[in-house]
Amino acid sequence: MPKLPKLPAPPLPAALQEAPPRPSEGKGPSGPLEDAKQAGITVVDWVDERTSLSGATRWLLFRKVPKGTNWFYTLGSATMFAFLSQAVTGVFLAMYYRPDPAGGAYESIRYVTNDVFLGQFVRGMHKWGSSVMVILVFLHMGRTFFFGAYKYPRELNWVIGVVLLILTMVMSFTGYLLPFDQRAYWATIVGVNINGTGPLIGPYLSDFLRGGSEFGATTLSRFYAIHMLLVPGLLAALIGAHLYLVAKLGTSAPPWQKVEKRSELREAEV
Amino acid sequence: MSDKRAKHTSKSKYTLDRQIPGAFEGETVTRRAFMTGTAHTAGAIAATAFTLPALGFAVGPIFKSTPHRWESVGPVDSFSDTNYIPVVMTVTPNIGEAGKTTVYVRKFNPEIDTDPYDRETPYIAISSRCAHLGCPVRWVDAAERFICPCHGGVYDLLGRRVGGPPVRPLDRFYTRVSGEDVEVGPRFSVNSELRRFSPRDPGQPLDGVGQYLYPSRPGAQKL
Repeated sequence: MPKLPKLPAPPLPAALQEAPPRPSEGKGPSGPLEDAKQAGITVVDWVDERTSLSGATRWLLFRKVPKGTNWFYTLGSATMFAFLSQAVTGVFLAMYYRPDPAGGAYESIRYVTNDVFLGQFVRGMHKWGSSVMVILVFLHMGRTFFFGAYKYPRELNWVIGVVLLILTMVMSFTGYLLPFDQRAYWATIVGVNINGTGPLIGPYLSDFLRGGSEFGATTLSRFYAIHMLLVPGLLAALIGAHLYLVAKLGTSAPPWQKVEKRSELREAEV
Repeated sequence: MSDKRAKHTSKSKYTLDRQIPGAFEGETVTRRAFMTGTAHTAGAIAATAFTLPALGFAVGPIFKSTPHRWESVGPVDSFSDTNYIPVVMTVTPNIGEAGKTTVYVRKFNPEIDTDPYDRETPYIAISSRCAHLGCPVRWVDAAERFICPCHGGVYDLLGRRVGGPPVRPLDRFYTRVSGEDVEVGPRFSVNSELRRFSPRDPGQPLDGVGQYLYPSRPGAQKL
């Protein structure tokens, strides 16, 4: 059966017809609905007019990526989100934590784990997330290495990445002491002494870490300050530099991607 | 035009010759250069003013010397000259359990302690801190060995390494008798010939060039 042409809708009575949309710059006052529709745009415009952030956002997010970009390219972002998760959970753990070596530290961790609402969950996220972050950092580094993405002009980004790797390890090392249980204490003793085995500067390094010749009253607060103030700031700043260089230089194509010449160039070659 | 360029290329060091407005007789530094230098210097001084104290604050403990502590560990007749008695003493006060360590104490025995360096101490006090990486060793009576649970370091009766990864014998403590009590004092490290050195951290060898590769801490005091 052939499709019949659609009949025009019967004309509505004038009372039921929708009023034609009033232009915003019209003489009459705009309705509250229109204002609400415009509110978001107005706010963004207001900020953008004063910061020009939209250009930077477009520059950062709407980049061209090479053909062959695949899931391996998400490992860097995954690492960054692992860091953000550590940062957020860490901030909230700091609300309960007490770096007191005479029992207070262990007690505060016990309190977080057993008594605080969702405490075990948030602490678990921080604890297991640290391992996730270390694993992701290494996978990300492996991706960069095997895809040859460290080559010119991205060498500086590789160097920054190495510093980020070291800082991540410093975070793991200093964070391990904070629960202040037997495992934390002895692991730190061993870790500090491993630092001390470096010739010439080793003894000074281990004394610096402990804040003295023996594991002392300020060792725990020293580790806490390094863990939650010194290194996170450096990490955040260097992640910013790392991201800037990624946006600036673009990502590299996977090594198996063949170069496609434009047709007019191919003709010119022949 | 041509003489103007010539004047520009042959710069005199005097501002007056370069016809800079407001120049003084004999002035060589332009005000712009002076202001730049002043601003940079002021910035450098301000940055140093908070960086150096903060750095010194963080690094200071390396150079600090802690006073020697002597702690009574029990009456004289509670120790034998053939076997070790473990005693717990405080190394770092005011931090509870974390500041305590186990010390194995034995009376000086001229038949065993034949090394010349041992003769001065009335009691042999051996630290339980493993010379590999600092785990706590324990004295195993049946084996007559100190054994470390972490990485398998084994030491003999005198604390000399007989197996595993440690790089030197177990550390010792100075001892003295005060009244009826044995007192244990500051720590010292020994090399494989039981020669004494100021205390080093675990993992730092003291044989050969070891004592120079791993210098003692600046705050270490001679007893």
